[in-house]
Amino acid sequence: MTATTATPGDLSVWDRVRGYSPSSRHLPVLATLALFVGMFGAGGIRYEGFADPQVVLTLFVDNAFLIVLAVGMTFVILTGGIDLSVGSVVALSTMIAASTLEAGWPPAAAMAAVLLAGTALGTLMGLVIHYFDIQPFIATLAGMFLARGLCYLISVDSIPIRDDTFFAIAAHQFTLPGGYFITPTVLVALAAVALAAYVLHRTRFGRTVYAIGGSESSAMLMGLRVARTKVGVYAISGFCAALAGLLFSLYTLSGYSLHALGMELDAIAAVVIGGTLLTGGRGLVVGSMLGVLVLGTIQTFISFDGTLSSWWTKIVIGSLVLVFVVIQRVMTRRQP
Amino acid sequence: MTQMETQPAAIAPGRVEPHPVIEMRDITIAFGGVRALDGVGLRLFPGEVHALMGENGAGKSTLIKALTGVYSIDSGSILIDGEEHTFSTPAAAQGAGISTVYQEVNLVPNLTVAENMLLGREPRKLGRIDVRAMNRRAQETLDRLGLDISPTSVLGEHPIAVQQLVAIARAVDVEARVLILDEPTSSLDADEVEKLFEVMRSLRDHGVAIVFVSHFLDQIYEISDRMTILRNGTLVGERMVAETTQLELVKLMIGRELEVLERIDREVAATEAIKSGQPVMKALGLSRKGALQAVDLELYEGEVIGLAGLLGSGRTELARLLFGADTADAGELQVGSKTRRLRSPRHAIDRRIAFSSENRRSEGVIEDLTVADNMLLALQASRGWLRPIPRAERSRLVSKYIETLDIRPANPQALMRNLSGGNQQKVLLARWLITQPRILILDEPTRGIDIGAKAQIQQVVADLARDGMSVVFISSELEEVLRLSDRLVVMRDRRKIDERPNQDVSVSDVLEIIAGSARAEEATRA
Repeated sequence: MTATTATPGDLSVWDRVRGYSPSSRHLPVLATLALFVGMFGAGGIRYEGFADPQVVLTLFVDNAFLIVLAVGMTFVILTGGIDLSVGSVVALSTMIAASTLEAGWPPAAAMAAVLLAGTALGTLMGLVIHYFDIQPFIATLAGMFLARGLCYLISVDSIPIRDDTFFAIAAHQFTLPGGYFITPTVLVALAAVALAAYVLHRTRFGRTVYAIGGSESSAMLMGLRVARTKVGVYAISGFCAALAGLLFSLYTLSGYSLHALGMELDAIAAVVIGGTLLTGGRGLVVGSMLGVLVLGTIQTFISFDGTLSSWWTKIVIGSLVLVFVVIQRVMTRRQP
Repeated sequence: MTQMETQPAAIAPGRVEPHPVIEMRDITIAFGGVRALDGVGLRLFPGEVHALMGENGAGKSTLIKALTGVYSIDSGSILIDGEEHTFSTPAAAQGAGISTVYQEVNLVPNLTVAENMLLGREPRKLGRIDVRAMNRRAQETLDRLGLDISPTSVLGEHPIAVQQLVAIARAVDVEARVLILDEPTSSLDADEVEKLFEVMRSLRDHGVAIVFVSHFLDQIYEISDRMTILRNGTLVGERMVAETTQLELVKLMIGRELEVLERIDREVAATEAIKSGQPVMKALGLSRKGALQAVDLELYEGEVIGLAGLLGSGRTELARLLFGADTADAGELQVGSKTRRLRSPRHAIDRRIAFSSENRRSEGVIEDLTVADNMLLALQASRGWLRPIPRAERSRLVSKYIETLDIRPANPQALMRNLSGGNQQKVLLARWLITQPRILILDEPTRGIDIGAKAQIQQVVADLARDGMSVVFISSELEEVLRLSDRLVVMRDRRKIDERPNQDVSVSDVLEIIAGSARAEEATRA
């Protein structure tokens, strides 16, 4: 940094890379990205076949439903709320899909019913949270029990899905150049991420989500549509949970009341590891997707190793969540 | 004043006058039985700066929030252009062209400056927010106000004063017919205030009606045309600024309390300056790395020591060491006849030392508890949770201090959040007085509260000292320190630079001591 007086125009690429300082907004997401890349590198060195691109694609295939779930959760957490009901809503969605198909509904109608039910439940919880000023934790805890209970009301046993359309979608693979493949569920998940990013950053609704997370009372005094937005994020989360339930039923081809037990916690963990502040106002939906991929990579690690108990997944996830929350705390404290 | 021509014809009965853009009539609002406003009215004409005057707790902020739809009114009516209107949400008020900058910065720290200015009305292209146009528009508004702030920077990274300016920029960006500025200048420096006034004048000349609230009388007289004066939630009257002297205004605002101020002067002058006997507290070379250089201090019974010095001079740090809120690295502290190491506030309280922090909101007041609970907190803590204070004793103590300190409302069950700043401060004072301390350390006990409450608190401190309590009194207002203290300790750059009995010391003397030591330092360096 001495004699060179370079104008911004003739900076070399290296100068620009070296001079790049990410805004504090993107830092947590970059940390997650680095973690993901690092874990993959480590896996590639350690295990044969780990560094194959198909392993990455399979991560998406196996976790498409969790990505969609985390997208909805990101909206809620950005406002400073939480949605504990999503795991149960996934189970309920598989039950509704399986039972309506069994009853002979056309697949499109079954899917519509699932999405409608999830959105309705989310909206209901949002209304309770906003208009009765109930803590999101409590309201969605009630929603969690309600949805799980409704599953048993439909059937205590697992219902297999035998519909041709569902079979066709589940079996379909898009072949990519090089012999790699992805499934339609991956496209749905990626579309959800892209749409969510657009809504969060390019619409008034999305910016209001961030504003509420920053300070709800300020957002109200600024004349923003707080009520509509708060109810909206729970409706979106409910919709995403229902959509994730559809993807999950394509994955398992069955409806069962014990599906997706504790999956809401996986979604929350993914959002937190993805760099979203639990107190709201800060975070990116892409980060949540990366969070899901990190969780998936841990599982891939364990399956490649073969000697590790699958409980290591939980231990690593627990440690990561803890580390990320502490890092966030340190980073936000540094600011005035 | 040439402003007379531009302002609307005043309240002359029988004459045709311009219609007020807003008229509030007989507004009454109560919070949990406490009447915050009682039959208050306000008339606002286009093209005027209207000052809303009153002490803390007079009802200014409540009146503003009633107008902007934050609070719903219990009775009375609001007329916009002669038609009755009630806004149920701030959004509705904004829609009608009423734009507000509240006392606390009400923006969101996690978004950019441009977003904070334009949230809710971002320029859009095909339904999506046009970020470029938004940043450009924000830049234009900031330029117009002469503010050098990057629109793309994150708001929370700026100091409060800048955030306040952004809040004003947001209010100005709306094509508002009515602009309400509630204490916008409290965190601004002189240049920034001047900038704000330029903007206000230009808006006024374009026919905008501006409501201006400020504690600084000079600012009121510089910028306002007309004013409405409130006291204790009631309407005192409406006056033309040019026709009212500052003295008249102060009298209208505080009523009888002015006499109290004058009386304290005499009483303190009457107390003899030097006390004899053993010091109740003695610090020897008390210091803490990065906070305070070695300080010696002796405090005698019935004495008030005034700690003078600028913000950051080490006065708060000294107070915290004396109380054990921070631990000293070196030096010793004698309380009574023994040398103590105050490891925690708990120790200090046991030695009957009380400390009222300067951060009233974050370190003192518990808003969701009642006045009585807030008062009894310290006493209960010192007794331990296993020995509850008997009910009769509780109510006796609480009503005694509500009366002595003239806390309003005089209701022990009122929620703390519903009290004005001055009354909250009195409750905090009562909290410590109830523990019957021998040494009372007060850090900025009168900051941000009105003249009446200030006078009462000063009076109480003077009375306590006369009854034998030793007081360390810290305040940014030198007049106040000089009025109350027997002995004066001057702090600068985290050390004690002077100590003298408070006899014939004037404010300019103290300023010279502070400035003089700076000059001496420069000389030694040179």
